[in-house]
Amino acid sequence: MTDSKYFTTNKKGEIFELKAELNNEKKEKRKEAVKKVIAAMTVGKDVSSLFPDVVNCMQTDNLELKKLVYLYLMNYAKSQPDMAIMAVNSFVKDCEDPNPLIRALAVRTMGCIRVDKITEYLCEPLRKCLKDEDPYVRKTAAVCVAKLHDINAQMVEDQGFLDSLRDLIADSNPMVVANAVAALSEISESHPNSNLLDLNPQNINKLLTALNECTEWGQIFILDCLSNYNPKDEREAQSICERVTPRLSHANSAVVLSAVKVLMKFLELLPKESDYYNTLLKKLSPPLVTLLSGEPEVQYVALRNINLIVQKRPEILKQEIKVFFVKYNDPIYVKLEKLDIMIRLASQANIAQVLAELKEYATEVDVDFVRKAVRAIGRCAIKVEQSAERCVSTLLDLIQTKVNYVVQEAIVVIRDIFRKYPNKYESIIATLCENLDSLDEPDARAAMIWIVGEYAERIDNADELLESFLEGFHDESTQVQLTLLTAIVKLFLKKPSETQEETHTYTHTNISPSFDSDNPDLRDRGYIYWRLLSTDPVTAKEVVLSEKPLISEETDLIEPTLLDELICHIGSLASVYHKPPNAFVEGSHGIHRKHLPIQHGSIDTGESPVSAGPAAPIEQAQSVIPSQGDLLGDLLNLDLGPPVNVPQQSSMQMGAVDLLGGGLDSLVTVCMFIFLYLLSLFPQIWLPAVKAKGLEISGTFSRRQGQMYMDMTFTNKALQHMTDFAIQFNKNSFGVIPTTPLPIHTPLMPSQSIEVSLPLNTIGPVMKMDPLNNLQVAVKNNIDVFYFSGLIPLNIFFVEDGKMERQVFLATWKDIPNENELQYQIKECHLNADTVSGKLQNDNIYTIAKRNVEGQDMLYQSLKLTNGIWILAELRIQPGNPNYTVKHPRLSL
Amino acid sequence: MIGGLFIYNHKGEVLISRVYRDDIGRNAVDAFRVNVIHARQQVRSPVTNIARTSFFHVKRSNIWLAVVTKQNVNAAMVFEFLYKMCDVMASYFGKISEENIKNNFVLIYELLDEILDFGYPQNSETGSLKTFITQQGIKGQHQTKEEQSQITSQVTGQIGWRREGIKYRRNELFLDVLESVNLLMSPQGQVLSAHVSGRVVMKSYLSGMPECKFGMNDKIIIDKAGKGGVTNEAGKSTSGKQSIAIDDCTFNQCVRLSKFDSERSISFIPPDGEYELMRYRTTKDIILPFRVIPLVREVGRTKLEVKVVIKSNFKPSLLAQKIEVRIPTPLNTSGVQVICMKGKAKYKASENAIVWKIKRMAGMKESQISAEIELLPTNDKKKWARPPISMNFEVPFAPSGLKVRYLKVFESKLNYSDHDVIKWVRYIGRSGIYETRC
Repeated sequence: MTDSKYFTTNKKGEIFELKAELNNEKKEKRKEAVKKVIAAMTVGKDVSSLFPDVVNCMQTDNLELKKLVYLYLMNYAKSQPDMAIMAVNSFVKDCEDPNPLIRALAVRTMGCIRVDKITEYLCEPLRKCLKDEDPYVRKTAAVCVAKLHDINAQMVEDQGFLDSLRDLIADSNPMVVANAVAALSEISESHPNSNLLDLNPQNINKLLTALNECTEWGQIFILDCLSNYNPKDEREAQSICERVTPRLSHANSAVVLSAVKVLMKFLELLPKESDYYNTLLKKLSPPLVTLLSGEPEVQYVALRNINLIVQKRPEILKQEIKVFFVKYNDPIYVKLEKLDIMIRLASQANIAQVLAELKEYATEVDVDFVRKAVRAIGRCAIKVEQSAERCVSTLLDLIQTKVNYVVQEAIVVIRDIFRKYPNKYESIIATLCENLDSLDEPDARAAMIWIVGEYAERIDNADELLESFLEGFHDESTQVQLTLLTAIVKLFLKKPSETQEETHTYTHTNISPSFDSDNPDLRDRGYIYWRLLSTDPVTAKEVVLSEKPLISEETDLIEPTLLDELICHIGSLASVYHKPPNAFVEGSHGIHRKHLPIQHGSIDTGESPVSAGPAAPIEQAQSVIPSQGDLLGDLLNLDLGPPVNVPQQSSMQMGAVDLLGGGLDSLVTVCMFIFLYLLSLFPQIWLPAVKAKGLEISGTFSRRQGQMYMDMTFTNKALQHMTDFAIQFNKNSFGVIPTTPLPIHTPLMPSQSIEVSLPLNTIGPVMKMDPLNNLQVAVKNNIDVFYFSGLIPLNIFFVEDGKMERQVFLATWKDIPNENELQYQIKECHLNADTVSGKLQNDNIYTIAKRNVEGQDMLYQSLKLTNGIWILAELRIQPGNPNYTVKHPRLSL
Repeated sequence: MIGGLFIYNHKGEVLISRVYRDDIGRNAVDAFRVNVIHARQQVRSPVTNIARTSFFHVKRSNIWLAVVTKQNVNAAMVFEFLYKMCDVMASYFGKISEENIKNNFVLIYELLDEILDFGYPQNSETGSLKTFITQQGIKGQHQTKEEQSQITSQVTGQIGWRREGIKYRRNELFLDVLESVNLLMSPQGQVLSAHVSGRVVMKSYLSGMPECKFGMNDKIIIDKAGKGGVTNEAGKSTSGKQSIAIDDCTFNQCVRLSKFDSERSISFIPPDGEYELMRYRTTKDIILPFRVIPLVREVGRTKLEVKVVIKSNFKPSLLAQKIEVRIPTPLNTSGVQVICMKGKAKYKASENAIVWKIKRMAGMKESQISAEIELLPTNDKKKWARPPISMNFEVPFAPSGLKVRYLKVFESKLNYSDHDVIKWVRYIGRSGIYETRC
């Protein structure tokens, strides 16, 4: 007997017939009918009208029939909510069944029925099942909580299911633990800050224990969850790594990749000099290579991930380039990915082998693959200088094959080689010129024209060659037109004609086609050249023939902040697409961005630009920033009428202050906040162009609508354009980190400047800095990484809700021990109490009370820092001698 | 997590469709058909994103299995799950074909309900699945309470792959070391890359819950034992045999990984019946069973002369079998004349290759084939890509040099000992991708 007959049914009156069969007295007949219904459903026919008849078959002791009915219910309950209620009783009854398989089946199915009325009835059975004696029921119930949360999140919270789920993490059965972890991870994704999973060392230990015992899938859930944990120090990180490394030998590639993810993240926390760090690096390589002997789809996922790993930590696979050699029968998607990794791993040591391989690939059949191989040869030439000569000759050989697309691709890469090594390989130009006619792609034509223009003085018939392109000028793509225009001007400047008249006619006839163009860019460029040439050929020469900046060695690198985020997503779709999850996931899931953990303690001096910067450049950069005193003096000369005066003049009486824990007398600076906010009014140059290869950054900090911002102006004072900007902060006293990546998306052209406003928050890691408000910043672009530091005016940390209740203020004020009190005086301030209070209020320093004692105005003030510390102050104003008393309690840290 | 799973036939008709998540609509089924199965160009990635919905697919003969999701799922897990799904189906009803799927669609739905819950893969061991998902479907009612709880504890338990109370009259073990040797050689005979990927496949028919320990001539262990200079036994085992360096190995989930990590010993409670115990990879000191020496000469534009010599490189007492050499020919071949010393050779126009077959060949022998290929003149400027010459064979030894040192069985509760178990070991080396460029 086979089931395939159910797929073939007569069309006419089918539903009617099925209805009759579903109500047949014989059990066997009914089962047959339900099978037909399911078959029809699979093919996409609408059989929802049979709902009551199918539900009638539910009350049965035949498990197979029951499952079929449930399958039907899951599909159609939503469209027939009222009818679906009929099924509730049967579910509730099944949840009490002595057979655990039936209990689990009921609770599993009920969770899949997305009808509000049914969900209400689900709560009680679910609660029981979460505490069921049978682990099979408990593991099903754990997933059911996630299902319910997807339907009605509020209900799950109200009913306390989240707590029950958390309890299951300590369950004795590993599979229950794994499913509870999976459910909690999914739920917590929609509440990014809720700390639902509550990953603490005890729980981590439970997870690591379950890891050894549960199914391969459970291991994946647990490892993915572990990767979100931030160990408190390197010892904890190391001990977790030690317990995760055995997973690298698992046969399931997903277990291996998830383990790699955990290890890659925690490696950040281990000191680079330690033996363990190096052993771990060595252990990562073999499993990654083994992934390449799996099925092609897994190979593809592995290769996409290896591409990321190689960029992040090239040392892991640098010896393994051979395994990325392409096999003749690899599917094309595997071939293309392997090629990418080969180029990344190419170095002087292996270049000979790599080139031999690439040459082999360039003769294959698949056009995309061949093109990529040719491009790769060019990239090798640029990357490994010693091999350039061999690469060029290989490219020449390929050009000789006369295969159209090979020739064109080769010419494009040769242009880049010329840019990298000017005046070295011009001898091959003649060969290139032979292929002029076969170039039909804009990229290749533009490349060829560029070469002719650039080396016009060495090509005898350069004018003829360019003229041949001019004939069809209007049919060319813009890219070709623009290059052609420039090439013609170059040619003219390099080989000036004899007489003035000739000059005139030459340029006019050749440049004029651009004047009629519809494209404003082209037209403008044409006119500019024309005017330049006709007024001042010497300047024209300086402009057009100016020296070009060299092109960089590495191309196609993923921007570092994105790379770090992707490393946190190893194994997942994000790592396959090389895009952050929010680029392809809708709704609340995945919006929460992941970061690599940052090493505690000493500043990492490694080459990775991510982990803050080396100390030395920061010191240099610091000297660039004018010392506070000078700056303040300047500011005050501008007579802005601040409520206080220059610090040098104020006499301070300092108590033993313990403000942020650990004798931060630098908060002396204490109440520097009063005037430091002035800093925010004037942009300072943080990074001068001379120190940053032409990049100048100036900026200020500010607080607007309760949000902190770092407002910066980036100016490109170099000759080349700048791209791939990224910013990163070192750990600092207030845990300030950017909330978004640097919003510079377009290349910054020479002498262009761009203003950006970077929103900040204070959820980053905290480390005490000296001075307290010092912020060390690393900025990266396509040229290099630069470091600078700046002082954050404290007032941006004053939150809007810093106004303390009067009563609370009074009580707190009294409780402050005397030794926490600090006093100092500010002289020569000629403002009255109201003005002071108004000015302070603008910076979220609130006046709670005011009284007059013996002719002196007393102001009581409160403010709150982003890290929750309250500062209370008493300000006594005497004409000519305002006496400032600061008291502050430590409320939280 | 996994939002839904669809199975299509080669025409793109849906055979199975199971949706786990509310964000996946019926239109997802059509989107995959239109954009992937019916796509004009050949698919160039196993992962496709269509309108912010991601599709993962694998193909088995002409059946498409597709997983659909809108979330950032673990991609490796999805593919591993699809492979597992294929294994489970195959073990239930054999080959994955349209007919078999249609015949078993009720069973497949039942399996999908069990092994994926809300898109999370659950227990997928066929051994335990078969105890409660049966084609008869009525077993549920006749089980005793003990049987039921035994099922659930096995499905969720630590040893999900083996049930209690297995009994055999004869305790027997079959161990196959299956290796595939891969080679890429330059025309000059330089090894560009070579590696062996091996599998240890076991068939165990053992009573009770036996504890097994497997040992091989792994360099790390043997060096360890040698260095310790412990007992006479260690001295004996290291002296004669050579050890091999294993680059990496992966294990069946029954093997205790933490024990391997700390002591490098392979201990496990085996599943019942046939399973793959481990996979490994070696790259050093590989015995390449055959050497292929190609010689291609282009005589004018319409003729090619090809001569290929193969040399066997192993003990003369051993016999290689099923030898096949495949010499690619250009697309514009009009006729071929072949002469070979041994075996049979034929030009297969449909495959664009000369296929030379030899039934058996002893070690340290040599044989050759020569062919004249006539070409049709063409205007095609593109040069012939010259695909590599590939080879297939089977040899009765492990090209990596791996040797099984012991396989011990302990079952404390039942009264049989390691000596009572009958053990069989067999080594088979096969060609993987064994290519020589010409």
